[in-house]
Amino acid sequence: MLALIRPDSWNLPLFVHVLGAMVLVGCLVCAGGALVIGWRRDSGALTWLAFRTLLLGALPGYVVMRIGAQWVYSREGFHGKLDAAWIVIGFLTADLGALLLLVTLVLTGLAARKLRAAGSGTSALGRAGGAIALVLVVAYVVAIWAMTAKPA
Amino acid sequence: MYDWLLFLHVSCAFAMVAGELLFATVFIARARLEGWAAAASLSRLSNLGEVTVTIGSIGVLVLGIWLAIYVDGYELWDGWIVAAIVLWAIYGAAGTRSRRVISRARDGAAELSAADSNTSAVPRVLALRVLIFAAILLLLLDMIFKPGA
Repeated sequence: MLALIRPDSWNLPLFVHVLGAMVLVGCLVCAGGALVIGWRRDSGALTWLAFRTLLLGALPGYVVMRIGAQWVYSREGFHGKLDAAWIVIGFLTADLGALLLLVTLVLTGLAARKLRAAGSGTSALGRAGGAIALVLVVAYVVAIWAMTAKPA
Repeated sequence: MYDWLLFLHVSCAFAMVAGELLFATVFIARARLEGWAAAASLSRLSNLGEVTVTIGSIGVLVLGIWLAIYVDGYELWDGWIVAAIVLWAIYGAAGTRSRRVISRARDGAAELSAADSNTSAVPRVLALRVLIFAAILLLLLDMIFKPGA
């Protein structure tokens, strides 16, 4: 029952971490949903919307989440040696997730630009970006499980 | 049991926020995507938001009450839990009203402009959106800081 015994000094970093994570996951759901819905029609508008959501929502959300994670990590007195499995899962999903987030941002941005120039049609880059966004959502659900269930 | 309840409770909170961000994105996009003729697609995106908000908001309340009963040391009448239930009720009322205004407006472009000009739907929805996100932010603060616990 960590919530019952958590020191007050962990609360602010934890709040920053969870707030950033909620914005990140929410924006990934928005972008992934828009890109999947745009696979067959209105691809240009929805890809543009997904790119803006990733750039203005998911990316800042990631930064806030990662700063909060490092902050709460240091407050809890961890030092990088023999970290518990749930911390390793958290770092893996956060750091690999950053790479995938940047990849989906670039792919979606290129797709939005191409579709805007073309005026209509669909884009394989946008589809790939949508698939990666949904993979990220699944990865972050696993991270939420690790953060809450805290496997040894 | 506690771990799974907490995981599902937190997941529902994430789903609730994701749904509200979807609604906010669709709301902004409707104003910015004129000429893209994407109204039908935006409605489908809005429907996705409807599903995630419904599952998330009901799940977060039910699992939260379940947790409060299950965990020794928490009681349903603790100040921070009562505050959370009140904030959830405010959030729910604002969300329902906001979605009602939006669904009335999204029935058609003609109705949207009529609603804009006659009853100023956009500022009302904006105010309700601000209230929704303020309630969510306060809920998150309440859940983490647990004042009085």
